[in-house]
Amino acid sequence: MAEALRAVLVAPFADMAANPAFLVEVLIGGIASGLMYSLVALGFVLIFKASGVFNFAQGALVLFSALTLVGLMERGAPVWLAIGLTMLVMVVLAFAIERVVLRPLVNQEAIILFMATIGLNFFLEGFGEMAWGANVKKLDIGIPDTSFIVRGVLVNRLELTAAITAAVLVTILAIFFQRTRIGRALRAVADDHAAALSIGIPLKTIWVIVWSVSGLVALAAGIMWGAKSGVQFSLSLIALKALPVLILGGFTSVPGAIVGGLIIGVGEKLGEVYWGPLVGGAIENWFAYVLALAFLVFRPQGLFGEKIIERV
Amino acid sequence: MSGEPGAGTLRAPRRAAGFAARADGTSGEKPLLEVERISVRFGAVLALNQVSLDVRRGEILAIIGPNGAGKTTLLNVISGFYQPYEGRILFEGRDRTHLRAPDVAALGLARTFQNVALFRGMTVLDNIMTGRLLKMRGSFLWEALYWGPARRQELEHRAFVERIIDFLEIQAIRKTPAGRLPYGLQKRVELARALAAEPTLLLLDEPMAGMNVEEKEDMCRFILDVNDEFGTTIALIEHDMSVVMDISDRVAVLDYGRKIADGAPADVRANPAVIHAYLGVHHE
Amino acid sequence: MIYREAGQFKTSYASDQAIFPIVQDRWVAGLVLVAAVLVPPLVANDYWLQAILIPFLVYALAAIGLNLLTGYAGQLSLGTGGFMAVGAYSAFKLTTAFPRVSILLVFLASGVIAAAVGLLFGLPSLRIKGFYLAVATLAAQFFLIWLFNKVGWFVNYASSGTITAPNRTVLGVLVTGPNAGAPARYLMALGFVIVFALVAKNLVRGRIGRSWMAIRDRDIAAEIIGVRPLRTKLLAFGISSFYCGVAGAELVFLFLGSAETLAFDINQSFLVLFMIIIGGLGSIFGSFLGAGFIILVPILLTNIPHWLGIKMSVALQKEIELMAFGGLIILFLIVEPHGLARLWQITKEKLRLWPFPY
Repeated sequence: MAEALRAVLVAPFADMAANPAFLVEVLIGGIASGLMYSLVALGFVLIFKASGVFNFAQGALVLFSALTLVGLMERGAPVWLAIGLTMLVMVVLAFAIERVVLRPLVNQEAIILFMATIGLNFFLEGFGEMAWGANVKKLDIGIPDTSFIVRGVLVNRLELTAAITAAVLVTILAIFFQRTRIGRALRAVADDHAAALSIGIPLKTIWVIVWSVSGLVALAAGIMWGAKSGVQFSLSLIALKALPVLILGGFTSVPGAIVGGLIIGVGEKLGEVYWGPLVGGAIENWFAYVLALAFLVFRPQGLFGEKIIERV
Repeated sequence: MSGEPGAGTLRAPRRAAGFAARADGTSGEKPLLEVERISVRFGAVLALNQVSLDVRRGEILAIIGPNGAGKTTLLNVISGFYQPYEGRILFEGRDRTHLRAPDVAALGLARTFQNVALFRGMTVLDNIMTGRLLKMRGSFLWEALYWGPARRQELEHRAFVERIIDFLEIQAIRKTPAGRLPYGLQKRVELARALAAEPTLLLLDEPMAGMNVEEKEDMCRFILDVNDEFGTTIALIEHDMSVVMDISDRVAVLDYGRKIADGAPADVRANPAVIHAYLGVHHE
Repeated sequence: MIYREAGQFKTSYASDQAIFPIVQDRWVAGLVLVAAVLVPPLVANDYWLQAILIPFLVYALAAIGLNLLTGYAGQLSLGTGGFMAVGAYSAFKLTTAFPRVSILLVFLASGVIAAAVGLLFGLPSLRIKGFYLAVATLAAQFFLIWLFNKVGWFVNYASSGTITAPNRTVLGVLVTGPNAGAPARYLMALGFVIVFALVAKNLVRGRIGRSWMAIRDRDIAAEIIGVRPLRTKLLAFGISSFYCGVAGAELVFLFLGSAETLAFDINQSFLVLFMIIIGGLGSIFGSFLGAGFIILVPILLTNIPHWLGIKMSVALQKEIELMAFGGLIILFLIVEPHGLARLWQITKEKLRLWPFPY
């Protein structure tokens, strides 16, 4: 018994202290994957913040955008053209989603919309695969997946790029929501559809804008993930991982998505490397969710989310 | 100033019917509900500030005041949804300040809500049957078989609920999903659900809001009948002054989270502080 | 004209509360029941039983379980697959450890174990609602699957990592295992689903069902009625997990024969959720309709091109299946959020007036 306790509570930390350079690498790896989770979570936050809809199909958007990009590049389009075209495709997709899914369901409760996005998720997965083929594809955007050494620590070029991209995107979006007129309108819509309509906010336009931006964020995430691990079906499962990120960070907070992503990313990596061997590995499958669950018990609204006071 | 605690013919017959009256109109026994210096905070906002009032057994008390005065907050803290920051609440003489809603309901308190909190997915009948929940003894096994004691109990409660349905004249809509009813009927169904619990104290939050004259007359009649026939003590929040004057025994006035007046309707109506709070707007 | 209920006056509350208040309904239900018991074992070939009827019954049970939790009590769960796995692996361990205990008892016991696990995961989830709860059930899903993968004890250290149903009999007839015939397995599944559907129906039309629906519709108002949210939600979690556990055991023992954790992954959770959305949230009958629908769609998608003479690759079939499911979900949510059950109800109401328009 004491042996087991020591193995769980003491030994991992001892391992960390014994090899600090390795620890830093694990942390960096965790930060990098955490930022990539954040990118995906950001897409969720955008849509939820601006329309109150929890878009389960965010993962499918990531997959679909990556598939489209790779598909175009395979047909000979140069990188920049392909990216531009894919952005266009995502905007068109946003229009389609608004028209076919969102508008007919505009007055329904949140749970109905959520389930509709589950349906959308499956539809996009099937459609994307049918349109672009089901085999794993290599995504090459010109940034090599190589590492260089900074002060004794290994830094991966790709992960660095992802981190910088995520940071830039988050800053832009945060400013957008807080400072601009459209950002304010979006927050009004998320709060109360009917009230927003009654002061003249064009709901349809708003939704198209939001889903387009979300699609572009999904594209960024898709590029990063795709370049790292190839474009394949399981990319949409990454979206599921974004859920714990949202729990930690709060569903409506842009900075929360970042912090949440970092905590999950780092937590997962640390858990896998230092505690994983104790139980046979592959902790990453469930660690994020259990962490989120523990969080929920103590702080249901997340780190940055708003505490909901229900008025009776 | 004493005198008849309540103007209008609606009250007169009941006055005569053996209400243990004293010269000042009280019945002399301990109040059913005592609210002692209750304060409720939401963050920095003091929604209720040292409010004290009593609800006497068998009476109809109206709680009035301008919007935002804290009337619904008062009802919420009494029924256990909010925890008071300071003060005590005594029900039938026993301290129940920190009880939560399900326990408060078990003590014999029922209420309706300002925004009609009916269960929209259920029929009217099922909605009212939920009001009987506290009276039902549960036995999982019998319920799974829907036989024996569970079935008998279900039918007994159904019979009781049907009496309430007759009383409130809503027979025609008993199988309609509650979400599909017009507003006035929803309020009536909500009253039925509260009555189904056979409460000692009934709290009504704006029971006549949004109703036309006929609906209001019906609702007044029901409230008075409930008080007369079942002896239920009633505290209601109401904005319509004519209703308040007609049916209540006593009136309490809140403004900005404080109680500013308390007494017979006629007295309260003449109270300068009350008039000031309403900016002189009140109905005849 | 056929379906008129004129002249059928209820003279007691008892007859009004019956499951089938209309006499014609009662006859139809009775006939269907008798037909279900007699016809398929005698007439249907193995393909029909194996590919359609048995999975239909198994999934109907799981759908009822999830419907009780999500449709009636309003608690969204994405962990159905995980709880089915608990049932399956418990049944396997129990029956291999105690081969002489009746398989019926084993199934029930595995349901109880699944219920216990459900309660365990339900407890921390009860302060949270909606999507947050879904995440908690996801935690259960992923953790349980990982557990059954990692810990060899669950598969009795089989190197293949699969569990296989052993031969077991009921009243001398082989009902599970490699030699059990399809009709026997069918009747076993039918028996379970009839009993448990009846129990579910009884629960939802009484006190427990009402307290669940109260929590679902307006949980704050429910409290003032005296509903205790914690207890009510836990009960829903427990009962739902019981049903899913038994369904999971049935999935392996009566349908697949042997399985690994892949049979219980997140896609299963979605599948059962789709069944109750399409069939009708908050409807026992709808659970059956939804299960049948979801079972049939892939079969139709496989066979229709075949009948039409069109060649389609397996991958393409799978893709069209995904698109069909997704599209149908969206369609149903737009057109009839209450699912097939409501459509059925509307049809019956039209029949009552037929041939008059209103």
